[in-house]
Amino acid sequence: MSSENPSFTNFNLQQQEQKWEDTSILDFGIRIEPPFQEFNQASESEYLLPSNRNNQTKVLDQEDGQNNETLQTGKIQDWDPSAMLNNLSFLERKIHHLQDLVHLIVGRKGQALGGQDQLVTQQQQLITADLTSIIVQLISTAGSLLPSVKHTLSTGNPNGQFGQLGGLLFPPVAGMNCSPQPQHGSESKVVPSQHPTGNKVSDQSHQMDVMGNCGTEQNHSIEEHEMKEEEDADEGENLPPGSYDILQLEKEEILAPHTHFCTICGKGFKRDANLRMHMRGHGDEYKTAAALAKPNKESSSEPVIIKRYSCPFTGCKRNKDHKKFQPLKTILCVKNHYKRTHCDKSYICSRCNTKKFSVIADLKTHEKHCGKDKWLCSCGTTFSRKDKLFGHIALFQGHTPAIPLEESKGPAVSSDKVDGNEAANKVRNINFSLGSSASTGSVAQNAMEVKEDADDPASFFSPLSFDTCNFGGFHEFPRPPFDDSESSFSFLLSESCNYGQKTGGESTSTDLQ
Amino acid sequence: MKRQKTTETNSNNNLFDLLSEEIIFSILDFINTNPFDRKSFSLVCKSFYITESKHRKNLKPLRQEHLPRILNRYPHVNHLDLSLCPRINDSYLTVVSNICKDSLKSIDLSRSKFFSYNGLMSLALNCKNLVSIDLSNATELRDAAAAAVAEAKNLERLWLGRCKLITDMGIGCIAVGCKKLRLISLKWCIGVSDLGVGLIAVKCKEIRSLDLSYLPITNKCLPSILKLQYLEDIVVEGCFGIDDDSLAALKHGCKSLKALDMSSCQNISHVGLSSLISGAGSLQQLTLAYGSPVTLSLANSLKSLSMLQSVKLDGCVVTSAGLTAIGNWCIALSELSLSKCLGVTDEGLSSLVTKHKDLKKLDITCCRKITDVSIAYITSSCTNLTSLRMESCTLVPSEAFVLIGQRCQFLEELDLTDNEIDDEGLKSISRCSELSSLKLGICLNISDEGLSHIGKCSKLAELDLYRSAGITDMGILAISRGCSGLEMINMSYCIDITDSSLLSLSKCSRLNTFESRGCPLITSLGLAAIAVGCKQLIKLDIKKCHNIGDAAMLPLAHFSQNLRQITLSYSSVTDVGLLALASISCLQSMTILHLKGLTPSGLAAALLACGGLTKVKLHISFKSLLPQPLFEHLEARGCVFEWRDKEFQAELDPKCYKLQWEDIIAQ
Repeated sequence: MSSENPSFTNFNLQQQEQKWEDTSILDFGIRIEPPFQEFNQASESEYLLPSNRNNQTKVLDQEDGQNNETLQTGKIQDWDPSAMLNNLSFLERKIHHLQDLVHLIVGRKGQALGGQDQLVTQQQQLITADLTSIIVQLISTAGSLLPSVKHTLSTGNPNGQFGQLGGLLFPPVAGMNCSPQPQHGSESKVVPSQHPTGNKVSDQSHQMDVMGNCGTEQNHSIEEHEMKEEEDADEGENLPPGSYDILQLEKEEILAPHTHFCTICGKGFKRDANLRMHMRGHGDEYKTAAALAKPNKESSSEPVIIKRYSCPFTGCKRNKDHKKFQPLKTILCVKNHYKRTHCDKSYICSRCNTKKFSVIADLKTHEKHCGKDKWLCSCGTTFSRKDKLFGHIALFQGHTPAIPLEESKGPAVSSDKVDGNEAANKVRNINFSLGSSASTGSVAQNAMEVKEDADDPASFFSPLSFDTCNFGGFHEFPRPPFDDSESSFSFLLSESCNYGQKTGGESTSTDLQ
Repeated sequence: MKRQKTTETNSNNNLFDLLSEEIIFSILDFINTNPFDRKSFSLVCKSFYITESKHRKNLKPLRQEHLPRILNRYPHVNHLDLSLCPRINDSYLTVVSNICKDSLKSIDLSRSKFFSYNGLMSLALNCKNLVSIDLSNATELRDAAAAAVAEAKNLERLWLGRCKLITDMGIGCIAVGCKKLRLISLKWCIGVSDLGVGLIAVKCKEIRSLDLSYLPITNKCLPSILKLQYLEDIVVEGCFGIDDDSLAALKHGCKSLKALDMSSCQNISHVGLSSLISGAGSLQQLTLAYGSPVTLSLANSLKSLSMLQSVKLDGCVVTSAGLTAIGNWCIALSELSLSKCLGVTDEGLSSLVTKHKDLKKLDITCCRKITDVSIAYITSSCTNLTSLRMESCTLVPSEAFVLIGQRCQFLEELDLTDNEIDDEGLKSISRCSELSSLKLGICLNISDEGLSHIGKCSKLAELDLYRSAGITDMGILAISRGCSGLEMINMSYCIDITDSSLLSLSKCSRLNTFESRGCPLITSLGLAAIAVGCKQLIKLDIKKCHNIGDAAMLPLAHFSQNLRQITLSYSSVTDVGLLALASISCLQSMTILHLKGLTPSGLAAALLACGGLTKVKLHISFKSLLPQPLFEHLEARGCVFEWRDKEFQAELDPKCYKLQWEDIIAQ
């Protein structure tokens, strides 16, 4: 043994050292991310930039201007019929413009169906962009009508219809990127953002054409989302394509923190109920029972058209252009889906510093259980329940339960605490905990060994190097309970092989860390 | 043996050289009665020494210190039993694994507790051919050790009894690692649940034998266990989590099952049992001790087992209808145990035994209701009985025992402890020429006259005369003359026994167990004769033999080099005797309470000198009289101290012992 082992361990060491360097280059979490992130970025830059990004900037510019306007009009609280007339005529023009454009799109659509040319799609995108800007102008102008309309609302003036859209003037983040989506067949639809439609919308929505429809749709969907806490529940749903309407929100809308806005002060809310509560502060008319009541669902007599949602991310399975498109059921589903799949995971678990999430609720759920995942498989997978681990092991050949390191005792463990160079924080943590557990566990045993082997440290640690050498020989041996699999695995192996060799004597000092 | 060979070699110098190694090996195979014979053989000459070294396959060393040397001497050892070594730690296991390497196939660590997973790891990695590991009683081992065992990929038999700290995780490692397992015993591994057992059943398809006694398992693991293709033997004793409801859900039994032990499963009635054994057509042994009552329905549910040979119902409540129904099974049982069953009556038992005429072994211990009627039926129908245990069948009159001797002449084992048998009965029993074990404890009606007939049973190896107060030197003399192969004798509390008995017994050279508690008349002289004559003595109990002193210890220390266990309490042994005993290298267990002549320093010296001690019973007063570090040192060597706080007890009159005992039972 003595003649063979040193060389063997050295060999091991070199190998492991290389691995070690690899691992040190990349941070733990990032190492899992890269492929996905790259893909994400690449796809965004290829597909989204020409269309959406440009759009977005345009919209923003325009909106700035519009905002100023509306602010001014907001200051003039007096009712000015001539200004209103101007606005209305402007709107009329814009609507005509819009009609033309839609005609154009319908025409284009036929061509686009024929050939999937890059050119056609680009043109289409350009049209879409134009259309978007027009709609934004339209809406903002309509919004500028609002203060003047305010007093006439009760009279039932058809002009008042536009009033409900005024809220759109105060989009908090990236603006409302309402773009009519080129759809297959005739069902070209305008997909607006979620409007703070107020309580009147449902009454008047039927009289409206495109815009009004939007309003009701929104209303409906919001309610749905309020009722349904569970998201992504549509896995088993098998609606035949065409039996439902597909809505697609834009990225910015999805990521907007608020979906309901006060038409008066512009404050944003996540729930319409909160908005209604807020509205009470703006006057007595908002305090009536009717104003405070939850907006009714559409009357049950009419057949309700099922609404389903599409993810705006091209290539995603949830995107309506995907071959095996699976629609999302509610807006909340859309939000969670988009954040989980297409956004950075910016929330990091404060306990393990490893797991990252893009939905804060997911983080909270994880934090509840973080550290409790003590059932570990040799493949690195952790389980919160023992039966799940055993089911996993029963299923896969070669997988074996991994015994947490605290349980192993003897010299091999005491040397675990060494080697603290560039190990990530979490590794330190684990070493740390090890130190404490080892001190409780097997001190007596160690002490006894020391006694017997006299005081020569070399002789004391000689069985040690033997043991660590064994560590390299097989994989299923105890390793710290890591949450993430593949990466931590090689990483740990390299660690455990370094143990005995590097220090040995220093173990006591690191013990005290 | 030894002398013959040595003379042969002397007469013809190279006679042994003419023999091939195989022939010498097969000669050596026969030298197995006394371990010292082989030693003598190997000491004859160099070639014998080498031959013996090559021949030896099994090794049971006494001291771990010599392991490196003896393992180098015996290169072909494949079974290593370390249960006699007081302290086996990781370094010794490393030594073993490095020397034995691939030749080691089996290792017994059931009595060692100083090793950890490191030692097991080096065993598993170096000894690739390891097939069998006994880790019973390793109560300190944890899952890491189990993970180390899992590295022994060729393992087929594994005992983990009482490894209480091993959990499902460790068992899971073993299940995944040791795919060839055929036998695993998890008795008392209370950390193992359905998951671990289930995984064993899923991963180790070769399992033949499974001991799950006292595990906290439920029905959940049973379906996968019953799917094991080769499972022959399963023990689920004391698994309280298994009940009727869960068993009823089982769709198929295990076809290969041959032995089933469901003792102490109180939650299982005939309903669950019948669903468990449905399809287990090849079941041969069934143990349902301390379970649900043996009623008609239970007996009927077992009717379909056509291969059944052995049924054990110890400690169950039994009804006559149930026994009759067992009698009506269309098979012939060869073994039946109704030990300590309540409700065994003449009616039930006689209707049973008249049908099962081929019974070889019958146990009716403590069936207190049966009378001579049962014995008459048993002896008339079961004439092939080889073993009859009927301790404490108190209603059986003395005449009935005559029938046993008359009709059951193939008896090899007969337990008549606490019965009314008298000299006539013994005379009759002496016809059983095959008798090797006879227990006559607490038989107050027997005397020397009857016992002298037993002297005709030349194959007798075991004789128990505990508290049979009518026995004196005459009876023992007859026994020692007739039964030269006697290996075990218990004469405790036969107060009339004197040294002359011991002198005659000293002719029984195979004697290994000698118990003579409370025989006040025997002296050091008698024991010295035993020591000289019975060199194979392993266990000696001379508690309350007041007249035995140091004079007996000196010859004992000199001649009884096999002695492992000695009880000296209440005798007159002093420091001198104890120190002499300490030179016996095999000595492992000592009980030394109430020795008047024993001083603390003498005790300390003896304990230190006796290196192989594993268990010492001492009076608690010594705990404070001796320095604590001494005990710590001895404990580190592998010795366990049991402290007793008993008052000095004066001996009761042996005659009134039974009366007292009956009083206790009556209450």
